[in-house]
Amino acid sequence: MKVTIPIGPQHPALKEPISLRMTVDGEVIQDADIRLGYNHRGIEKLAEEKTWVQNIYLTERICGICSHSHATCYVQGVEKLMEIEAPRRGQYIRYLVSELERVHSHLLWLGIAGHEAGFDSFFMYTWRDREIVMDLLEIVSGNRVHYAINTLGGVRRDVDETQRAKILGSLDALRKRTEYYLMIGANEPSFVGRLSRVGYLSKEDAVALCAVGPTARASGVAQDVRKDDPYGIYGEVPFEVCTADTCDVLGRTVVRVKELLQSYNIIEFLMKNLPEGPIAVKAPRKAKPNEVVSRYEAPRGENMHYIKSNGTDKPERLKVRAPTLANYAATVKMLKNGFIADIPLIFAAIDPCICCAERTVEVIDARSGEERTFLFSELRRMACKRFEKFSQKRNAAWPF
Amino acid sequence: MAVLRTILYLLVYPGVIFLFVYSTFAEWFDRKVYARLQNRMGPTHTGRWGLLQPIADFVKLMSKEDIVPERADKRLFTLLPIFGLAIVSTAGLLLPVWNFDLAAPGFTSFPGDIIVLLYLLSLPTLIFFLAGWSSTSFFSTIGATRVLTMFFGYEVPLFLSVLSPALLAGSWRLAEIARFYQQKPFLILPNLLGFVVALIAVQAKLERTPFDIPHAETEVVGGTFTEYSGKKLAFFRLMTDVEMVVSAGLLATVFLGGFPGGALLGFAQFVAKTLAVIFFLTLMRALTSRIRVDQVVSFSWRYLAPLAVLQLLIVILIKGFLS
Repeated sequence: MKVTIPIGPQHPALKEPISLRMTVDGEVIQDADIRLGYNHRGIEKLAEEKTWVQNIYLTERICGICSHSHATCYVQGVEKLMEIEAPRRGQYIRYLVSELERVHSHLLWLGIAGHEAGFDSFFMYTWRDREIVMDLLEIVSGNRVHYAINTLGGVRRDVDETQRAKILGSLDALRKRTEYYLMIGANEPSFVGRLSRVGYLSKEDAVALCAVGPTARASGVAQDVRKDDPYGIYGEVPFEVCTADTCDVLGRTVVRVKELLQSYNIIEFLMKNLPEGPIAVKAPRKAKPNEVVSRYEAPRGENMHYIKSNGTDKPERLKVRAPTLANYAATVKMLKNGFIADIPLIFAAIDPCICCAERTVEVIDARSGEERTFLFSELRRMACKRFEKFSQKRNAAWPF
Repeated sequence: MAVLRTILYLLVYPGVIFLFVYSTFAEWFDRKVYARLQNRMGPTHTGRWGLLQPIADFVKLMSKEDIVPERADKRLFTLLPIFGLAIVSTAGLLLPVWNFDLAAPGFTSFPGDIIVLLYLLSLPTLIFFLAGWSSTSFFSTIGATRVLTMFFGYEVPLFLSVLSPALLAGSWRLAEIARFYQQKPFLILPNLLGFVVALIAVQAKLERTPFDIPHAETEVVGGTFTEYSGKKLAFFRLMTDVEMVVSAGLLATVFLGGFPGGALLGFAQFVAKTLAVIFFLTLMRALTSRIRVDQVVSFSWRYLAPLAVLQLLIVILIKGFLS
């Protein structure tokens, strides 16, 4: 009996709207289809109307979890366009927040993985420990979600001695807890039975389908922008790229836990070697006509911003490629021949952030099911035509 | 007078009202222990220590809008929750805590009542299947097939493990089995293996983690109960609670020596022993993650069923040794 079941756009396993259409035979998935476009926000267009500084705060709001990743990716690019460089102390603080964010994002993901696998105790424990790092972020930046610590040419807030001591002091507790989670994740029989050999993605497929981040690393592809194309201070920080060769959801879990341990080392290094000096330089108001591609290793994978300037105080074009988008093709591959029970796990294993990735709108005729591309002017004309038949009186009250 | 007593028996104690109060208390206990194991507080607000929270949930659900899907079999869809609750409440009457006196047994204690009780505890599974199947939505249908698939896994180990202490006692009557173990308490020990098997099987029967597959929220939305809302859902939830109490009572009777000591002491033993069984069930719920439906079946037949047969073998050997 073959049926198509709709997972989404509204479904308890999905925190954001996306539509996965699964053709299943009994409990086995025969075919998977991902449909996007439920959350188009028009951020790229909005960015063209705002100044370079205003856009920092706009890009920060692309994502609620890796907010610093988008802001930093944007700031790195604009700094290149403006031909300025943040002072070293500023960079240390900027990437300190990056690593803290990676820690909170990975702990959050661990909890989600536990919840999707029906292991709610694991979920509660990881989220409890995530509060430690959330507190650290609040101490450093004043905020828990949108840190707003970046500015063009450096950062906005300095780190003092008490904050430094607090961060270094919290790392021990985090390390101990994370090792415990590694133990649970690799040994709890029902959890391992649920994760291993689920969502298989071979190394060749991971490369061919351009998977990024922990998804690719769990398939044995040692790919990390921090190592491959070091930006900021990552050239001088010692750390390892964590990989796994099991190519399944268990591997993705292990990779993330190992990355947590690496992040603690990076944070410790940054805090112990924090250089003296200013935290920011003054940035010019305008940028010369040029274009740049900025790459950044977000917790979910490689984040990419393309920025084009035209000599004014506003960007001519900002293009955001969030890591989730790069992983969709691999997800379809992973879902095929899996069980219905594994859908939420496989999908959650790419750590999807759907609203960050949505740049498309698909217009489908409700009656014929035909897909078409529209120009905005065309849509506007259609709307005017549709509303012609309504009473003109209501329009008369329009104040403009 | 006898009629009045029977009515009181059915409606107040140990009938509907007592079962309602005690099963909501059991749910509170389960939730509280589960929450404390997860470093949470659990219910705190409604009543002292949140004791009234399950009742508040029940009342709230009762007052919610009740929707019946258009394509569903309306009569079946409506009757199933009522049947389910009636069946598990009837099963509750058979527990030997209310008819403790073997010299003057009540009408609910008779030879073979353990079989009737097991049969009544099997029916809710079929009720869940029918509930899912008659709702006609995708998720309910998948939930329904999962209910049946699991049923084939855990039912045989449950029967084998619950019946082996009865074999040792040489009786099919719950009160007599309990009295046998009260007289020879050391014979409880050889049944421990069966107790563990029965605990796991009961966990699967109650569809709690790691066996909450038919209504796994992240996979099939509400599963069997996707289309149920309002009063009907409230009845199903109450039914699961009562089923938990009755199953715990059955395990306590068969494996933990029943509830001796007259009306008051017997009742105290009932509370203590059922809560102990529920504590084990809660512990299992907190410590495991949900497994897949195919893993349930293979786990049951690879481990549970052989262990249950082993228990049966032990019992037969001991019986031969004793006689």
